[in-house]
Amino acid sequence: MAHKAGMEVSMAVSEVVALTDTDVVAAYPITPQTHIVEHLAELVANGELDAEFIPVESEHSAMSACLGSAAAGARTFTATAGQGLELMHEVLYVASSMRLPIVMTVANRALSAPLSVWGDHSDVMAVRDTGWIQIFTENGQEVIDNVICAFRIAEDRRVLLPVMVHLDGFNLSHMIEPLLFPEHGEVKDFLPPNNYPLPLDPRRPVAMGDFGPPVIYTEAKWAQEVNLQKSYDVILEVWQKFADKFGRKYNPVETYHGDARTLLYITGSFSETAMTAVDSMRKAGQDIGLVRLRLWRPFPFKEFRKAVKDAELLITVDRAISFGGPPPIASEIKAAIYNEPKKPKVVSFVGGLGGRDIHVDGFETIVQRGIEIARKGSQNEYEIFGVRE
Amino acid sequence: MAEQSGMIEIRWHGRGGQGAVTSAELVAQAAIAENRFAQAFPSFGPERRGAPVQAFVRVSDLSPVKVRAEITQPDVVVVLDPGLLPIVNVASGLKKGGIMVINTKKTAAQLRQEFGYTERLATVDANRIAREVLGVLITNTTMVGALVKATGVVKMESLVEPLGRRFGKLADRNFNAAKRAYDETVVEES
Amino acid sequence: MVKKKENELTWKDLEIGCIVTEPGSAMAYRTGDWRSQRPTYDFNKCIKCGLCAIYCPEGCIKPNAEGHFEADLYYCKGCGICARECPTRVITMVEEEE
Repeated sequence: MAHKAGMEVSMAVSEVVALTDTDVVAAYPITPQTHIVEHLAELVANGELDAEFIPVESEHSAMSACLGSAAAGARTFTATAGQGLELMHEVLYVASSMRLPIVMTVANRALSAPLSVWGDHSDVMAVRDTGWIQIFTENGQEVIDNVICAFRIAEDRRVLLPVMVHLDGFNLSHMIEPLLFPEHGEVKDFLPPNNYPLPLDPRRPVAMGDFGPPVIYTEAKWAQEVNLQKSYDVILEVWQKFADKFGRKYNPVETYHGDARTLLYITGSFSETAMTAVDSMRKAGQDIGLVRLRLWRPFPFKEFRKAVKDAELLITVDRAISFGGPPPIASEIKAAIYNEPKKPKVVSFVGGLGGRDIHVDGFETIVQRGIEIARKGSQNEYEIFGVRE
Repeated sequence: MAEQSGMIEIRWHGRGGQGAVTSAELVAQAAIAENRFAQAFPSFGPERRGAPVQAFVRVSDLSPVKVRAEITQPDVVVVLDPGLLPIVNVASGLKKGGIMVINTKKTAAQLRQEFGYTERLATVDANRIAREVLGVLITNTTMVGALVKATGVVKMESLVEPLGRRFGKLADRNFNAAKRAYDETVVEES
Repeated sequence: MVKKKENELTWKDLEIGCIVTEPGSAMAYRTGDWRSQRPTYDFNKCIKCGLCAIYCPEGCIKPNAEGHFEADLYYCKGCGICARECPTRVITMVEEEE
């Protein structure tokens, strides 16, 4: 039987990682991910989790140690945030290209300079193309459920790819809230042992991360891409099995009053505040709903097109800037629907940078301004919300 | 900003290391143990011992807490350290009809005169209680008792289990401190 | 299965993550093809000191049946370091064409 407890989401992540019988944790502490790593170190030190805890000297080393661990067939977990994710950057590609099923939680954080430990999605957007499966979450329950699912997705023979579970720094990582924890036995039932097909083993030597000359590189990359695309079906299957067992269902695209004529798009933990704004605007007679991506990679093209096709206006809010270009999620959304015969007009905003809250009335302001821009047009590619002029 | 109906929002003022976050967590856990919805979190940012900090609690009876922004318009303000009153505007954004629960040797009338507070006040000398019951000048659990007396946001007995989990052997003493504060807190009539 | 040549492999033929499952497969790589000069020997002068083997960057010099040190031309890249280091001048590099 599951039990309910009020716990900080970071601690809950560690508790759930312990329930998965993870073999190796290699991580470097960084705000706002610190509590995840601290508590895992504690669980290992107390003998509550029988795992190797590797206290590395940097995030680059953390991910490198994870490569070796996963290559040896060990169930492998790490966590990072912001600058730490950027320091890992080149090794992230190696993890996905070598098809190593590592699970990582990222407590999303802004990037320097100026130095900010607070949350936004700049770090996520910078690792968009690294070949990892990437899942967004909006509350603590979604985080811990998806950490469990992430291991099953990553280690599935048809997938064998690393998975990032994104949780907003502070807004999720530091939130104490009621959470349902499955029992150890239930997780064991749901998550079969990791059985990596070609592990590093002296009795059966293999070479990994070999040289890829022009004659083979294109084939290698296409194999990787097809594999990531195909992981989509397995992700749906795992979420369905999770729902069958635990009663909570996750979808690649989530909607709230999704049949409305105007849709607000937001990612991550701000969506709960945005939903409250949607409730209040609907009460005032506005036909408005919410749409958000849970699955960022592989991008759920079909589901997303279906979710927005009947809307007239889609107002997007990105929590990251792509300097000199369009807001990153807005640009992908536009590209995804560009060739559709029936599609909404898209108006884009950037907001919630570096820990700046967007309150309920903020989302209401964004929607009203979005409707105005849709009607009158704008000289700007996008607008930034809440900046002091 | 009435963001969600049937919800009470509490803002704690303390100093880094005084346990404001622990107090917030205890109240949230007590509410969750009562099968209600609750959320607690610190003011976001680097941790700095001694610096004025805040912590936040939302308790909701009707539906899960959906708002994650910091509380700028609280129903209740709790002040762990009287030294904060001259340097932090603890009453900032307090809703009309709200209440402030303050650790102080002074009376409500004195505070009102000194700081111009307009809403109801509940006062208790938590420093003395903490010194006598706990032997240390840490008032976070003591002030939880004062909060319960002033607002009834959770039941005293709901704190027993969360205190046990958090403090182990020291749980009883912390409960006694909270109980003493519950008994001694002077709450202004509305 | 008939082993395909490298330029015939499709993306479907690759192991997961391009893992190489045949151990020591680099042994098959004929680095001797890189050679434009090859070592020749006057073993009458050879004192079997083995310095050439120690200096050989390819690690392809071993004693032959008589105990004289000689490069394996399957791997020898013809760098000439052995000829330069040999204290008794056993080794002379000659053009491959000769």
